[in-house]
Amino acid sequence: MSSNALTIIFSEIALIVYVLGALMYAVYTKKDELTSKLIWLTSAVMVALGGLIVFFGSGESTAFNGAFIDDEFARYGKVIILWSSAIILILSRDYLTKNLLLKFEYPILVAISVVGMMMMVSAGDLLSLYMGIELQALSLYVIAAFNRDSVRSTEAGLKYFVLGALSSGLLLYGVSLIYGFSGTTKFSDIALALGQGPTPLGLLVGLVFLISGLAFKISAAPFHMWTPDVYEGAPTPVTAFFATAPKVAAMILFTRIVFDAFGEIITDWQQIVSFLAVASMFLGSIAAIGQKDIKRLMAYSSIAHMGFALVGLASGSLAGIQSLLIYIAIYVVMNIGTFAFILSMEREGKSINNIIALNMYSKIEPLRALALMILMFSLAGIPPMLGFFGKFYVLKAAVDAGMAWLAIMGVIASVIGAFYYLRIIYLMYFGEETEKLDGSMSTFGWMTLMVSAIVMIVGVVNLFGIERIALSAASTLLN
Amino acid sequence: MQYLPILIFLGLAIALGLILILAAIIVAVSNPDSEKTSAYECGFNAFDDARMKFDVRFYLVAILFIIFDLEVAFLFPWAVSFKDIGMVGFWSMMVFLGVLTIGFAYEWKKGALEWD
Repeated sequence: MSSNALTIIFSEIALIVYVLGALMYAVYTKKDELTSKLIWLTSAVMVALGGLIVFFGSGESTAFNGAFIDDEFARYGKVIILWSSAIILILSRDYLTKNLLLKFEYPILVAISVVGMMMMVSAGDLLSLYMGIELQALSLYVIAAFNRDSVRSTEAGLKYFVLGALSSGLLLYGVSLIYGFSGTTKFSDIALALGQGPTPLGLLVGLVFLISGLAFKISAAPFHMWTPDVYEGAPTPVTAFFATAPKVAAMILFTRIVFDAFGEIITDWQQIVSFLAVASMFLGSIAAIGQKDIKRLMAYSSIAHMGFALVGLASGSLAGIQSLLIYIAIYVVMNIGTFAFILSMEREGKSINNIIALNMYSKIEPLRALALMILMFSLAGIPPMLGFFGKFYVLKAAVDAGMAWLAIMGVIASVIGAFYYLRIIYLMYFGEETEKLDGSMSTFGWMTLMVSAIVMIVGVVNLFGIERIALSAASTLLN
Repeated sequence: MQYLPILIFLGLAIALGLILILAAIIVAVSNPDSEKTSAYECGFNAFDDARMKFDVRFYLVAILFIIFDLEVAFLFPWAVSFKDIGMVGFWSMMVFLGVLTIGFAYEWKKGALEWD
């Protein structure tokens, strides 16, 4: 280790030093009165660090004997994580104020879990992988139960904690088997050990356990059971956070480990990932149909979306990784916009999550209804919107890799899934007259909703150049 | 052999799914009677139900104890191998202790150590 290692890991250190400083300052001065300022400051720090990575991050370097990797692939993930968390943090402010949840620990916990996620996307060793996952997850358990006086919120936190601990157990068991059969915890050395001859059975068992543990984190079926309950019970801004940054981090980590460490046995994990992809796409699409609660609906929607992203991973090619990176970037933008809207769903100051409340919403707020309609079209993957291109790239990668059956499954699932997105649009434009929503929206929330809807349309032109960035990020992984 | 990973994986997925669902049915008490469900206290009749609420502060103190207990467990191997790990090892532990101290300062100021 040298000062060089500290330069490579600078953004993580900067964020954690900020967090510790902010925690001490807040607890020794005005405590909760500072929350609003802390939220803005934390977001500013995250945006600035993201900018720093965009403008000054270059090349490929490792620190701490390969346990920490800084390459374009990791930076791609970090920028999405930092910026999306910053936006969601600001979006949270109004909701937290209205529900008397404005405690200064909130931005601090979010920032700590962001550090964990940054660690995850940069992990180059099974131990740093586990450290990142736990740092991220432990903060998330706490904020899931952030509304301490609500039974649902504490239940969500407990459920998330128990199943998260179970998944960590599976993951650690896999890690120990992998270490036992390859003699190393470093991704690159595992790949070397695998290149030396036939794959030992124990290593495959370890791989399966590891993938199961990671599938919990990205909530891929059949390891999805916690998602709807946690999404429903947690306070809405926390749900919005769960649906974006942690998914990105776990997906990127998943991709890195299967390619960096197990790139020699692609055909082995391809079967597993294809199974996860098909199961998630269908479960997400079918189970969401009966949902009345929009947060549960978004939970199943995120399960289905993770399935589509996994299709890209299952193709096991450069185009596959590229399509996955494009997909998660689009997914995050769509979800931020949709949750900006969900946060404003209220009647007489009380949050309403039932989708029936959206009846004839277009009459009350035509512009917001229009924006939500665009986002729903995009989530469903209907052509002129950006969401279609995300799915298109993923399915194309699968076809090119000779997995046409997987692509066909994807198309069928997306047709089924389109139903519940379209139903929301139907309710807003052709529903019955019932009690109306009267929630106001903060300027920032309104802007987020509008900007993400506009992105869904304007992005069609050239995807904001993300295609090229994703390609070069993907190619750093395959070398 | 070629499809072994997916077989193991399916086995794990099915087993885990079944265990989570069936455990509640199989493991749970199936034939309760009044004696079985009543609280048991050695030597005399129970004063009240065993499922009473504990003060959350007991839990807090236990957790705080475990944190600092673990910290000491980390310090031992560090101290034993102190000669070999050099300045990097020394400062790594100092940073760890610093972070821990910040946590301690936080809980103190938050009032977690006050009993009443």
